[in-house]
Amino acid sequence: MLINLTLHVWRQKGPKDNGRFVTYPALQINTHMSFLEMLDVVNEQLMEKGEEPIAFEHDCREGICGSCGVMINGLPHGPNPMTATCQLHMRYFKDGDEIWIEPWRAKAFPVLRDLVVDRSAFDRIIQSGGFISANTGNAPEANAMPIPKQIADRSMDAAVCIGCGACVAACPNASAMLFTSAKVTHLGLLPQGQPERYERVQRMIARMDQEGFGNCSNHGSCEAACPVGIKVDFIARLNRDLLKAKLCGAGTPSAV
Amino acid sequence: MRKILDLYQTTIGKKLVMASTGVVLLLFVLGHMFGNLKIFYGEEKFNHYAEWLRVMGAPLLGPTQGLWLARLVLLGCVLLHMFTALQLTILSYQAREVGYQKQHRITFSYASTTMRWGGVVILAFVIFHLLHLTFGSVHPKFVAGSVYANVINGFKVWPVAVGYLVAQAALGFHLYHGVWSGLQTFGIAGDRRQGDWRRPLSVVTALIVVVGYSALPISVMAGWLK
Ligand code: HEM
Ligand code: FES
Repeated sequence: MLINLTLHVWRQKGPKDNGRFVTYPALQINTHMSFLEMLDVVNEQLMEKGEEPIAFEHDCREGICGSCGVMINGLPHGPNPMTATCQLHMRYFKDGDEIWIEPWRAKAFPVLRDLVVDRSAFDRIIQSGGFISANTGNAPEANAMPIPKQIADRSMDAAVCIGCGACVAACPNASAMLFTSAKVTHLGLLPQGQPERYERVQRMIARMDQEGFGNCSNHGSCEAACPVGIKVDFIARLNRDLLKAKLCGAGTPSAV
Repeated sequence: MRKILDLYQTTIGKKLVMASTGVVLLLFVLGHMFGNLKIFYGEEKFNHYAEWLRVMGAPLLGPTQGLWLARLVLLGCVLLHMFTALQLTILSYQAREVGYQKQHRITFSYASTTMRWGGVVILAFVIFHLLHLTFGSVHPKFVAGSVYANVINGFKVWPVAVGYLVAQAALGFHLYHGVWSGLQTFGIAGDRRQGDWRRPLSVVTALIVVVGYSALPISVMAGWLK
C-alpha cells in the first residue's frame, strides 16, 4: 500500500546553528518500508531538487547498533514498542498522517546536524568503568567457571543495551540512569566482573553526573522507550551497589 | 560524615537524602493520622491525647521538650527534602536546555509527574494548617488547649474543609509515587517480572493516608462529629 505523509523535520546546519522545523511532503510511501527507508526516499527527492538531504545517523539497520534513534511524534523510536527507528515500519502510520521528527534533546547529547546527536558521553561513561581483570592467553574453557543460568540470563538482559540513548531522550530529566545501570549490571552480575565491581559503579556514576545528565526520578519513561526492553530493576541494583560501595566500603579491604 | 557527604555529591546520593527524609515524614504522617482519628472517641479522649503530645517522653523529658524535639526533627527533614528537591529540579532543567516540540508522557504513572508541584501544594497546606490548628491565627474561634472544639469549628468553615481534602489528594499522589520511588532509590526491588510488591504497598499507603485524614473534615461537614 502507498501512503502520503507530511513530515515536520528538525533542520540544523551545525552545532552552532539555531535550527528550525521544515515541512516536507513524503508522497507515495510504501508501507513495507522502514522509517529510515522512507527518509531515504525523501532525501532522494530533496537531492533532485538540489537541496541538502536530511542528516540522520544509521548503520546496521537491523536494530542492534543503536545509532538510528530519533524522536518520532514525541516518542523515542516512534510508536511501536521495543522497536528501533530502523526497524519501525511505515505500516504503523496512516495515509495523511503528520509526523514530527526531532533529534534527542539533552545537554549531554549536543546536536551535530539535523537529527544527528553526539552520543560520545555514553562512550565516556563506559570508558570510566575501566577494565575487568582477565587472564590473557588462550580462551579459557567455557565451563570452567560455573554461573547459574538465571544469573547469566539476567546479565544478558542488561547486556542487550545498544546504547541508542532513547532512555535519555524519553526521560523528563534527561537522565542516563537506565543506560548506566545496564552497563554496571551486566558485568556486576558475573564472576568476571566482581574484582572491580564497586570501584566501577562509583566511577561510572561520577562520570554520568559529570557529563551533565539529570537525576533519575523513577518516572519509568526510559523503560517504556527502550527498544530492547531494559528494565528499571537494574537502576535499583545500581543504587544498591553504589550505596554499599559508598557507605559500607564494599570492595575495599576495610569491608572484608 | 565524610562518606555521607561524598555520597551526597552524586545525584543518587541526593535522591537517598530525599528518600530518607521522606521515610521520616511518612512515619510522622501516619502517626499524626492515627492520633487525629482519636477524635472519634469523643472530646475528652481526644483532648487527653493532645495533652499527651505536650508531655510526651516524660519523665525523661520535661513538658513540651518531646514535642519540640519532634518539631525540630520534622522541620529538618522538610528543609532537607525541599532543598534536595530544588537542587535536583535545577539539575534536570540544566540537563535539557532545549525541549521537544512534541513529547508524549510515557511515565509509569501520572503521579510521578506531580511530585514537584504536588510537593509545593503540600508545603502550602502544612503552613496553612499550622496557622489554622496549631497557632490559630487563621482560625475563626481558636481557643488554645480546646483542641477538639478547634477542629470542629475549624472544619465548619467549608472552604477550609475542602482545602484540607484537596491537600490530602495531593499527599496521596505524592505517596503513591514516593513510596515506590523511595524503595527504588534505596535499591529495594526484586524482579518485576515476578510481580512488583512495591506498587500495592504504595497504593495501600496512599489510600490509608487519604482516607484517614479525610475522615475528619468529611465527618464534620456531614454533621457526624459535633
Ligand atoms: C485532616 C487532616 C489533618 C488534621 C485534622 C490535622 C490536625 C492537626 C492538629 C489538631 C494539630 C495540632 C495538634 C496540637 O497542637 O495539639 C496538628 C499538628 C500538625 N500537623 Fe496536622 N492535621 C491534618 C493533616 C496534616 C498533614 C497531612 C500534615 C503534613 C503532611 C500535617 C502536619 C502537621 C504538623 C507538622 C503538625 C505539628 C505542628 C506542631 O509542631 O505542633 N497535618 N494537626
Ligand atoms: S541503524 Fe542500527 S539500530 Fe537502527
